[in-house]
Order: sequence, then structure tokens, then C-alpha cells
Amino acid sequence: MARAYETVIGLEVHAQLKTATKLFCGCPTDYGAAPNTQVCPVCLGLPGALPVPNERAMELAAIAGLALGCDVRSESRFDRKNYFYPDLSKGYQISQFEHPLNLGGHLTFLVGDQEKTVGLTRIHVEEDAAKNLHGAGGGAATVVDFNRGGTPLIEIVSEPDLRSAVEAEAYLRKLRDVLMFLGVNDGNLEEGSFRCDANVSVRPVGQEEFGTRTEIKNINSFKFVRQAIDYEVSRQVGVLESGGRVVQETRGWNDVTGKTFSQRSKEDAHDYRYFPDPDLPPIVFGAERIEALRKAAPKLPEQLRAEWTSEWGLTPYDAEVLTGHPAIAAYFGEVAGALDAGGREPRAEAGKRAANFIQAEVLRDVKTSGLDATFSVPAADVAELLSRVQAGTLTGKQGKQVFSEMASSGEGAEAVIARLGVQAPISDTGALEGDIRAIIAANPAQHEQYKAGKTKVLGFFVGQVMRVTKGAADPATVNALLERLLQE
Amino acid sequence: MSEPSPVAGVVDTAEAVRAGEQRAEDVVAQHVARAKARADLNALLHLDEERALSAARAVDERRARGEALGALAGVPVVLKDNLCLDGVPTTCASRILEGYRPPYNADCVERLIAEDAVIIAKANMDEFAMGSSNENSAFGPVKNPWDLTRAPGGSSGGSAAATAAGIGAVALGSDTGGSVRQPGAFCGVVAIKPTYGRLSRYGLIAFASSLDQVGTMTRDVRDGARVLRVLAGHDKRDATSAVEPVPDYEAACAAPVSGLRVGVLRAALDQVEDPDVRAAFSAAEQSLRDAGCDIVDIELPHAHHGVSVYYLVATAEASSNLARFDGMRFGLRVTGDDLLSTYERTRAQGFGPEVKRRIMLGTYALSSGYYDAFYIKAQKVRTLMVQDYQRAFERCDAVLSPTAPTPAFGLGEKTGDPLAMYLADIFTLPPSLAGLPAMHVPVGLGQASGLPVGVQVTTPAFTEVRMLQLAAALEARSGYVCAPPALFGGAG
Ligand SMILES: [Zn+2]
Repeated sequence: MARAYETVIGLEVHAQLKTATKLFCGCPTDYGAAPNTQVCPVCLGLPGALPVPNERAMELAAIAGLALGCDVRSESRFDRKNYFYPDLSKGYQISQFEHPLNLGGHLTFLVGDQEKTVGLTRIHVEEDAAKNLHGAGGGAATVVDFNRGGTPLIEIVSEPDLRSAVEAEAYLRKLRDVLMFLGVNDGNLEEGSFRCDANVSVRPVGQEEFGTRTEIKNINSFKFVRQAIDYEVSRQVGVLESGGRVVQETRGWNDVTGKTFSQRSKEDAHDYRYFPDPDLPPIVFGAERIEALRKAAPKLPEQLRAEWTSEWGLTPYDAEVLTGHPAIAAYFGEVAGALDAGGREPRAEAGKRAANFIQAEVLRDVKTSGLDATFSVPAADVAELLSRVQAGTLTGKQGKQVFSEMASSGEGAEAVIARLGVQAPISDTGALEGDIRAIIAANPAQHEQYKAGKTKVLGFFVGQVMRVTKGAADPATVNALLERLLQE
Repeated sequence: MSEPSPVAGVVDTAEAVRAGEQRAEDVVAQHVARAKARADLNALLHLDEERALSAARAVDERRARGEALGALAGVPVVLKDNLCLDGVPTTCASRILEGYRPPYNADCVERLIAEDAVIIAKANMDEFAMGSSNENSAFGPVKNPWDLTRAPGGSSGGSAAATAAGIGAVALGSDTGGSVRQPGAFCGVVAIKPTYGRLSRYGLIAFASSLDQVGTMTRDVRDGARVLRVLAGHDKRDATSAVEPVPDYEAACAAPVSGLRVGVLRAALDQVEDPDVRAAFSAAEQSLRDAGCDIVDIELPHAHHGVSVYYLVATAEASSNLARFDGMRFGLRVTGDDLLSTYERTRAQGFGPEVKRRIMLGTYALSSGYYDAFYIKAQKVRTLMVQDYQRAFERCDAVLSPTAPTPAFGLGEKTGDPLAMYLADIFTLPPSLAGLPAMHVPVGLGQASGLPVGVQVTTPAFTEVRMLQLAAALEARSGYVCAPPALFGGAG
């Protein structure tokens, strides 16, 4: 190519708010129910039905705004966006246009090891459309499932601050992470609860003004976002290089062909005739309510990581792993918190103990789906188990055995210990001394090495003692005894 | 004009049924019989005799079991056909909703039923409540019981005609810019439009959401007060419904009015030409003076913009509110070759000319490039009108005005001239735009026309008590009784 081009990307993310009910009625928002079973006069747009705002949805949207540094408005308003489509029951979508809840804001994230900050234009609240099903049941007709219609969404609009598909993907991953940790969104791309539209343009390097942009609609995976933007960039550069002009239009993404395709040009653009919805008074958030939300908002991963590495004895790697999913972070928080509350060891030790055990044992068979995660053993039970290890009534090895039995049987620690007859570790020096002396006597070569300063062989002796005692010896007692007896 | 009304009203019926002096079933049967006898009025779109009688029997059975009955025990009610009644055809007098049966009750219907009222029929109306003569119904015009060649007013013309003709003790209407008060005036019945937000709009099929209120039509003021008390109150299903206490409106009807300051729009009055309307207003003014009120002249400097503001705001909201009638989920569907032509054919065949005219007007007012000049400007003038009233109410407690500039005009007289028709609402529009309570009180029959005439009382928001107090005083001093000659014989 003759000239170098710069890519300019702005993203619009539609994230479903994690509420039990829809934005303007009491219908449940559960995914996957039989078609048109979660509907009522309001979300079906029946004559005479009226919308009433879901307070929880507005709060979740404000929580997202606070976390993303937005100006959360004390007064915002709903408008009607008017257009006809069968998935739109009222002939208009209720959205925030003139006066959105959240203005401004920003998101900072890593691209490789480079930090990048992208500005946000706004975060507003709106209702989702229903779902058109074309040719359902083999018929030619299009049918509509209104279960999704009226589900609360926030639309997060970024400034055109992104410069590559890689940056766009990093931004989206970080944004999803933040929303999931706030409990605002379940991050489930497959179920459509986190969807992305990308505004893409290119301009010759050095040019001030933006090139003509196209909008790629409804991309539902991180991989596709990257692919669609890359494709669109090369398409636009190709058009410009061959002397053409990029047409401002809406484009779709076909993940089979790996191409974007023209859907609607600017000339066919709707006049949405936005105006304030007269059925809905302004949404008011007083300063006190905003402060209360700020205080109650869950912590973000970077806050947790900072706390865990500075106070709870975690390595940056441990902290990264344990903030991989909000449910895992919460699990760790509960276990470590309980161990710390026991006061048997310093907080950093308790944190390390919980982190090591969870990473080694618990994470092996965790399944996550959206915001939910299934753990084989509840956090409270693991905390109880580890507090026994902490207290010395179980060895670490016994702890792992008991855990594995708890996971398969579903029993609590106490029941498993009783059933298996697990004995408290032998910490009676008198009882252990005989065994240890016999082991030292049986391994004179290693004994000599130890005495010659190769203290690493201590581990060998510990292993021998554990084998002989079938793991029932208290490690601290064994260590102390060995160190004394090996010197003799 | 001094003989009592031949048909018992709300309070008398309810008290008789509660006391066991009358059976609800008999009351309802009489009203149903009258409704059938007066089919010539075309006031009703649906008469549900069986359902009504069985509801009445249920009330009687509850009394027989010794249960206490509600404030509207056995009271027969007519509902304007834009109020949803579970399982019963609700059409807004439009082809587009022909055969539509809502799956739920409007809030006001629930409240009526909870007080043991019996809904007997759905009333004819201007299509989607758009009109001032009830000639815009897809199911034919309603006739005025006082003179069958005249319009009953609109848009709640069927409700007004039924009430005047003794069909039902109360009819509910809806009032967007005068739609209960103006037909109230044409048919000589008491018509109350409460403060915006006083009643729930849940289940009232919207015309213009920021203006629509359910209203009552009764043959006397006390009946209206009793029904208003039943209907008023907060409803969590309507975000615009007010959280305000509900006072005893019926008791207010007996309170003295002496000392109240009543404002009169002298300049506007001078423009009224009709001698009967002028005479009725003068008589009302004098009777309030006689009752000890102080009459003060006031001005509403922006009131003359009422028609323009109303026809921008109301049509803009209507253009959006009526978008849901698209043939997809309920009502009429005329299938075309594709989606767009299905929309076009359904709406072309489903809506009548006045509804189309207003959708076009409203769509235009909201369109990009026109929005600021029309919709936004109209909202600004609306705010000025609200402020006009605030200033006026510093000097007076209520505003007295005519309700309509003329008594009932002839059927067909104004159908060719929409603007002349719109002017029938000049007195009723300003209180609607300001969200204030306003009501029509009949005060007599015009000397020139022989038709009912009356006045409108407007008071500050949520002061229905004061409005009813003044209305009851006017009624008591007028000696007016609702007894149309076409119905009950006599000189006419
Ligand atoms: Zn619903």
C-alpha cells in the first residue's frame, strides 16, 4: 500500500443488567424459558399498559457509572425512540437519549504490557428488543419471542480512542471484567448479554480529521470483534487505495465468510423522532443515594489484587489467578477472611494458606457460566477444613485427603474425618522420637551429608518419617525433632 | 325543571342496595332495559347483559350472606370504550381494535369492582378519543338525548349521552383536552376531570399520555364525588400517578363556599357570542356572589395559545402512542406483500381520517428539523401556561369559565372544518395543559336553544375538594335536573 493508515475505533457495548425482572415490568429475565412465557401486558405493549422503571436496574447502571468514573446525573430521563419493527412491541424503544444517567468516564486496561486509557462518552439505560425467529419450526413465517423484550440494558459508548483491533479486544475484555465484578452484568456473550457494535474508520497517518466510518452491528465474541475490525480496516483501506470513497453505513458481520457486509446506508437512516417519554417522570438520584451505592459497590479486580498482594501475602500471580472470575474472588475472600478471623496466624499467612489450597485443590474442578460458578465444596466448608489444618489438628496432607472426600461425597469436614477415622497428627515428641532415631540409623549416608552441611537432605528424612507414620505426624514437630536428632 | 331526576343516581342506588331496599339485579336489569330501548342513541358499543346481571346477582348474594357491601354497591357503570375490561371487547371505536379483548382490567375498573359496582356496557366515543362531537367513531355517531339531530360532544360522547339518558348511574370517560367536560356540557351532565396523576391511567388506552385522565360523568355533583373517591389514589403500575391522600370528596359537597375567591376571565368571556352560554355564565357568577364568594377578574395571558400547544403536544404523543397498533400482536391485520406493506395496509384500513390526520401532525412535529420549532416550543408555552395559573391562583381560589363556547351543535355541522371543531375546546384545553382539576356543572337550559348549558370550575392541583364544593353550590342554586325531554317527554 502506498500510504500508511491509522485505524480509529469507537465501541458501543450493550450489556444486560443483572436484575431479576425486566426494566419496566415484573416479568423475569431468566434466559432460555419457552417462548413468550415471560411476558405481560406491559412488555407486550398491549393497549393501556404503562411502564414503571425498575429501581434496581437504575442502581446497577449507576454502580457501573461510578466504577467507570462517569458523572452520575442527579436527574436523568427516558425518551422514546420511534420506529416500526415486529420485535418492538410498542412501536418505540424506551431509551435515554437527551439526558442519560451517566456522562463521561473512562476505562484503563493493558494492551500487552502497555497501559491504555479510553474515554467514555456516556452510559445510558434502555430496554432490549424481543427476538425475531425466522423460519422457526421449519415454516416460512417469522415469529417473535417477547421473553427478551424489555430486558434492561446499559449501552456503554466509548470515544473513538481505540487504534487497533487488538486494543478493541483488550478494552472489551476489561470492560466485561469490570461489569462482572460489579455484579452488573453476567458477561455471557453466547447468550447475548454482552454485545458489541464497532464504529470503524481509517485515515492517512498524520491526518487530523476522522475518515468516514462504518458501524459493524451485533458482534458477539471477542474473536469476531477482532476479525471483523481487521477485515473492515483492510476493506476500507482497499477502497481508499483504489481511489474510492468509504460509504457511511451499517454493516453486518458474517462469521462464516469472515467478512462484513452492507446492511443499511445513511440515506435509509431512520428519523427516530426521539422525545421524552410522557409515561416516565425523570429518574432522580440524590447525592446520598449515590454515596450509598458507591460505598456498597463490590470491589474491582485491580483493587482486590492490590489488597491481596499488600496485606494478604499473595504473589501477583496468585492474585491474578484468584481474580479470574468474580465468584472465585469471592470464594477466596470468604476462605481467607474466615482463616484470618480465627486469629491463629498473621493475615499474610492465612491469605497464603487459603490461596495455595484453593489454587491447588479447589480450582481444579470449578465450572463457571456467566456470573455463576459451581464449586465442589462450599467456601465455608473449606474455611472450616483449613482452620483445622491451621490449628494443627490435621496435617496439610490429611487436609487434602479430607477435601477430596468432601468433594466427592458432599459431606462436611467433620463427617468425613469421623467416617475415615482420620487421626490428629502425632505431635508427641516421645512417640515420634523412636521412629526418627530408627530412620536416622537406617540411613547413615544421608546423615553424614547432613552433618557435612547439606541440609537439603532434611526433606528426605521428613519424607521417610511421613511414610512410616502414614502422614499422621505433625510436620512442625517432625522438623524440630529431626533438626535436633540429626545434629547428634 | 324542578321535578327530581327520574333515574336514581350513584349515591341513592348504592344506599338502597346496601340497605336491602333494592336488589342490584333489579337495578341493573332496569338500566339494561333502558339501554336497549335507547339503541337509537348509538351511545353504546357493547352491552353485556349476562355478565352484568350475574355480577349484580353476586352482589345480592353477598348481601344475603350478611357481608358488608362497598360504596358503589349495585351501581351500574358505563365505561368509555378506551378503558380495558378483562375479556370484553375494547375497541376505542376503531376498526383497528375491532374484536380485541384485553386480558386485564384497568386500575379504575378494579377499583369500581372492589366497591361492588356493576359494569354494564362499553360506550361509543370518538376514535381513540380524538374529536369533539363523537362523529369520529368507526361505529357511527352518537346522538344527543336532548335533541337527536345534535352532537353529544366528544370524545366521551357515548358516556355523556348514556348518563343523560339514564343508562348507568355513572359513566367513566377520559379527558385529554376536554373530552369529558365538553360532552358533559352538551348533554347536561356533571363531568369531572381530576388533577393529572390523581387517578391511575393503567388500562386507559393512551391518546396523549401527558394529558389523559379518567373522568366521571354523573347526573349530580355528589354522585361524581363518591365515584371520584373510589377511583382516586396511587397506583404503582402508573409512574405518573400521584402519592397524595384521598380526602372525603362527598363531604366537601356540603361545605359552604362563602369567602372563596372566584376568578373570572373577563377578556375571554367577551369573545363568547352565544347568548345561552353568556347567560349561563352570568347566572353562575351571580349565584356564587349570592353564596358569599368574592368575584375577581383574572388573566391567563398565554391561554389563547391553548389550541396550538395542545394540537402539537397531544398529536406528537399520539403519533407515538398509536404506533403499537401495527397488526402484529392484536387487532386488525391486513396482510401485504411484505412487512412494510402489511404495516401500511393495516394502518390505512384500521384508522379513520381524524386519527390519521393527528398521527401525521404529530409525526411532523417530532421530525428532525421540526422538533425544536414545534414540539419543544409547544412545551415551553405549556410551561408558561402553568405559570399563568400559578399567578392567577395567588389572587383567587378557583377559576370560573364557560365549558364550551356554544351549546350542542348539530351533527354534521362542523365535520368539514377540523379547525372550527378544535375551537370547541378553547375553554377546556388550558386546565388540561396545566394538569389541573376542572369540571363541568350544568346550571340550566338555554333560553334560545333549549339545550343544557353550564360552567367549568378549575382549581389548583389536588384541590378537587374545593372544586366540588363550588360545583355543589352552583348546582344547588341552579335547580337543574338532568331530564332530557326526548327521553322523558314534556316540553322540549
Ligand atoms: Zn412484562
